[in-house]
This record gives sequence, C-alpha cells and structure tokens, in this order.
Amino acid sequence: MWFVRVNMTDLSASIEEAPEAYKILGGRGLTSTLVAQEVPPKSHALGPNNKLVFAPGIVTGTSAPTSARISVGGKSPLTGGIKEANAGTSWAADIAVMGIQALIVEGFPKEKGKYWGISVSMDGSKPKVEFFDATEYAGKPLPQVFPDVYARFGDRISICSIGMAAEHGYGNSGVVFNDQAKRASRYAGRGGLGAVMSSKGLKLIVLKREGAPGVKIVDHALFDQGRKNMIEALRTHAITKPKGGLNTYGTAVLVNIMNEAGGLPTRNFSSGRFEGAPKIAGEAIFETNKQRIGKELYNHACSPGCIIQCSNTFHKPDGTEHTSCLEYESDWALGADCGIDNLDQIAEMNELCNNYGLDTIETGVAIGAAMEAGVIPFGDGAGAIDLVHQMGKGTPLGRILGGGAEMVGRAFGVTRIPTVKGQAMPAYEPRAVKGIGITYATTTMGADHTAGYTIAPEILGVMGKQDPLSPEGKAALSRAFQATTAFIDSSGHCLFIAFAILDIAAGYQGMLDECNGVLGTNWTAQDILDYGGKILKIERAFNEAAGIGKEADRMPEFMKTEPLPPHNQVFDVPDEALDSVFGDL
Amino acid sequence: MRVRVKLFATLGNFAPVTGLPGTPFEIDLPEGADLSILIDRLKIPAESVKIAFVNGIIQPPNFILTDGDDVGIFPPIGGG
Repeated sequence: MWFVRVNMTDLSASIEEAPEAYKILGGRGLTSTLVAQEVPPKSHALGPNNKLVFAPGIVTGTSAPTSARISVGGKSPLTGGIKEANAGTSWAADIAVMGIQALIVEGFPKEKGKYWGISVSMDGSKPKVEFFDATEYAGKPLPQVFPDVYARFGDRISICSIGMAAEHGYGNSGVVFNDQAKRASRYAGRGGLGAVMSSKGLKLIVLKREGAPGVKIVDHALFDQGRKNMIEALRTHAITKPKGGLNTYGTAVLVNIMNEAGGLPTRNFSSGRFEGAPKIAGEAIFETNKQRIGKELYNHACSPGCIIQCSNTFHKPDGTEHTSCLEYESDWALGADCGIDNLDQIAEMNELCNNYGLDTIETGVAIGAAMEAGVIPFGDGAGAIDLVHQMGKGTPLGRILGGGAEMVGRAFGVTRIPTVKGQAMPAYEPRAVKGIGITYATTTMGADHTAGYTIAPEILGVMGKQDPLSPEGKAALSRAFQATTAFIDSSGHCLFIAFAILDIAAGYQGMLDECNGVLGTNWTAQDILDYGGKILKIERAFNEAAGIGKEADRMPEFMKTEPLPPHNQVFDVPDEALDSVFGDL
Repeated sequence: MRVRVKLFATLGNFAPVTGLPGTPFEIDLPEGADLSILIDRLKIPAESVKIAFVNGIIQPPNFILTDGDDVGIFPPIGGG
C-alpha cells in the first residue's frame, strides 16, 4: 500500500510505503487521522498549511457490494473545523486497486491563476504521478471539461475535479468525481473542500488504473462469506432491494414522509410542512419520467459494484435527460426550502450546481435565506435559477451566496439562519425530529445528517422506533449512530447499507467479516463502535484546538424560541444532553 | 365517521383515486375503527405497511381513529 504525496509548491510527488501503523485505517478514519496529525488546527483552510487528503475505504476496490466510496478530508473553509466528505465513484475503486491508501495534496502554488492536473498511473507495481498544465480547463462549467479530459486521456480513466465555485474560493464548493456515465455528478460536496483543492492550484486528478494490482485480501474465505451475507441483506431488505424504495423512487422518496411528519423544512425553516411536497417527491419524479419517456425508469448505480442503485436521472418534457442525480437533499434544498414546487426548475438548479461545482444543500439553504432577506420572493424559481448562475459566474451577490447560508445572514441581517458551525442544515427539521438535531449540533462536521442518521429509528422505523418529538434518550442514540457511521465511512461502504444491516444481523456481521477478511483483523461489533469512537475523538480534538469546542455544539437561537408548525415544537434538548454526546464518549 | 387518507410510494396502487401516490381521498369507517381496519378495508396487505401517521404523529395499527383524522400510510422507505 502506498502513500502518494503531491507537493504543489515545487510540483513534485513522493510515493512511499504506507506506514504499518495506518494499516487498519481507511476512508474517513484515515483522512481524519492524517489531517489531525499534519494540519495545524489554526491554519487557514485556504492557506499553505492545509492539506487535502483522499482515502478509499477498507473494502473499496474489492467485490464487496456498494463499497466504492472515496473520502476527502481537510480543514474546512466553511466550518473552520475538520471535514470529511465522501462520494461514490469509480475513482474510489480505481485508487484502491492501484494500491494507494492515501493521496495527500500539500504545499502551495507559487503562481496565482495557474491550474495543474496530475495523472496517476502504474509504473510496474508502484504508482507514478505526472503533472500537466490544466489552466485551460479552469473557468468553464464542468460539462465542458470532462469530455475534453476523457478525449485527452482515454475512456478507461476516472476523474476528480473542481468547478468554478471552488475557483472562486467559496465555502460552498465541492470536490467532484465522475459517475458511471462519465458525468461530473458525484460530489464530496459539503464543507468547501473544492476551494481547498483550488487553493493548491490543483484542478484535476486523473487515475489510469491499467496494470493495477488490486486490493490485497488476507482471508479470502472470510471475505467471501461476509460479502455474500452483505449482498443477501441488501437484496432482501425492503428499502435496499431491487425495485424497492430506493431503486424505484430514489432518495427523494423521503419528501412525503418528512412532510407527513411535519419535519420537512420549508421556506427557510419557517414551517415543517410544504403544500407543494407531493409535486416534488420521489413519486412525482418517477411518474414524470414515466410520462416523458414512455416507460418506467428504475434507478442506476452511481459507482461500480453498487447493488442498491438509488441514483436517478430526471428528464425534460421532450424526454431528454435534464440532470443526474436529483436526490432528496438537493430536491428539498432547491425546492421546499425555497418554496419552489416545480420539478423542472429544481432540476435546472441541480444541474447548475453540478456544472459549477456547488454543494446543493448549502446552495438551497443560502437561497432560502436570501429569500427571507427579500432578495427574491419565496417560490420564485426563475429568480433562484438566476442566483445559482450568479454564484457560478462570481458576481458580487453570487459571491455572498457562495460563502454559504451563514454569510447570507451576515450580509443581509437575517436572524433565521439554520446553520451549526457555519454549515447549513440538511432536510430534516430538528424541532420535529429531536435526535437528528442532536447530531446536527454535536457532530464534528457542522450540521450534517449523514454523521448520525437517527432518522432511521425516529421516522423510518429502521432499527426500532423512537418518538421523533421526544428528546428522551436521543443523546445516546446520536452518539451510537455517530460512532457506527464513522466506521461505515471508513469501511468504504455507502451509508445506505445501514438500512439493511441495522435490521438484518447477518448483514452487520457481513460487514465485519468483509473488513476482517481484507485486513486479517478479528473485529467484533464492539470493536466497530470503539473504532468509530476513536475517529470521533480525533476529529473533536482537532476542532477544539481550532477553537471549536462544546460551546459550538448548539442550535441557532431561533430554533429554541420559535415554535415550528404543525407540531408547534421548539428544540428543547438541554445543553447538558448535547454536551453528553462527546462527554460520555 | 369519515377520515382523509393518503397512500404513498408503492401503496399508491391501492388508492381508489387516480393521480400521484399520496393524492388524498376520504373513506367512511365504522365508529371505533382502528388503523388496521382501515388498512384492511383498502385491501392493503398488513405486511406492506411500515409507518402510518395520524395527524402527523406515527401511530401503531391498533390506534383508534376519530372523525376528521388525517392518515398517511407508507411502505418501507429510506433515503438520506
């Protein structure tokens, strides 16, 4: 296994054997460990001392199903704390089979305004890095970039890049990877890591996997047994099975259930119900596509080896493709949160976010906040599309929006700004679902649903049932979910395996056996919690040293004072309960 | 008594109305009927139902309905 270090100061690369001490680390576990060790916590996120770390998961690149995830880590320009964002893409599988455990981008370019690309290929058993001038690819929407890169390097590559949002240095800018149809659509979206990559003068990382040795598996029999149990769990669970909820309706199937629960944040988090919800829900996406292309369209895999296949396409009235993927958080942020109930307008904004390199959640919430400020009215789809263009083009207003929802609040004097640690909240109202609010408040990542998805038991009835409106026992629930998630994010599996493995014990054991098979470890279920807890502590220590301690684990004031319709609840979780999430870890 | 019902996702096929899954319709039920009676009346296999809301609150199958209740019924779904 290799550590590839790319130095953007002198355009050099070093390829070293990965240290033995890091052997069991993958994905988020490895990115967070390296960032905590090598990045001074108080350094500027866009300065010379930050680093950008890429790491595939433990089982990524093997035949384990739904496991082609790449973690991207660094200090976030949006939150000022540690960040890990991950994406499903062939890029993840490729870097893993090339034997690269981590790719670390460091240093700082001597020349401003110039962009570089690197191509990574195999030189015998060792990876090789070559630099090329990539300035010609800057300043363009990504659909004008990816085809040229494929034409230059051939079809059998995977691409990592950034968009114009990152080039502008926005706190809202993602790192983008190719999907299975060569689109620039799979984002490690949150927290502004695109701007970190841009600050290094790095525009492209092209992987050429030809001749790659593959992932070493210590115990093949154990791995195969685990893989089979994981496949069985994913293929039988109602949520993850073929033509099940995710494969049919995509993640936007959640729009209606969150709306029923009174927990769909609407018009900048002023209500938990959106009257236009049925028109933008996954069911509407499915029916609209069926009408427009004349047949039922089931979803596709975002990355090689995924058997859940929840990634969708949305089609224009003439049947041609408009965007991929229109998923729940994006659909909600650009829809309900802005009071917009027109799927064509939402799809257009989604596509523009992909093209400019924007995080859809931060974009929608920033626009919702701008609507609250009166920049444009709620529900103004055409106006919102214009605002996304302004973000891409870098107009003065676009730059305020590109700074994220919190920046919009500061620029326009808006008090209802749904952020924690500077990052916009996703699509679940904490006043209607208390456990997810605890995750938003306490996770090291800033408001992030994926960090501890308590929606599973609070709304979806997965892994038991918990009353969403009650704060009772939710700190412990969030802590357990956060620790388990930190492990899943390290394993390389997509978080959506959790729906199946939290309900099907053999599936959970399957994940353990896959990892033990690859690494030769003997992990138990308790070891998973310990491993995840250790990562959380590393991230927490970095944040504390960066000046983001427990006093930052709080909800915005309006959520504690403004009752949210329809349940008329405030966020009533005591500070002591929030503090216990990490206090008792 | 009369309740308002919405059937979501794949359960939309059991709705006596056309339109998108979740299109509301009204149904008359005997006094004292619970959610399971409603589900049976709609010919939905009980095992297909994962979550049922009454007036925005998740309720169990034996929850007794009252006139004017708003009911939303879902099969197993997930996302994020």
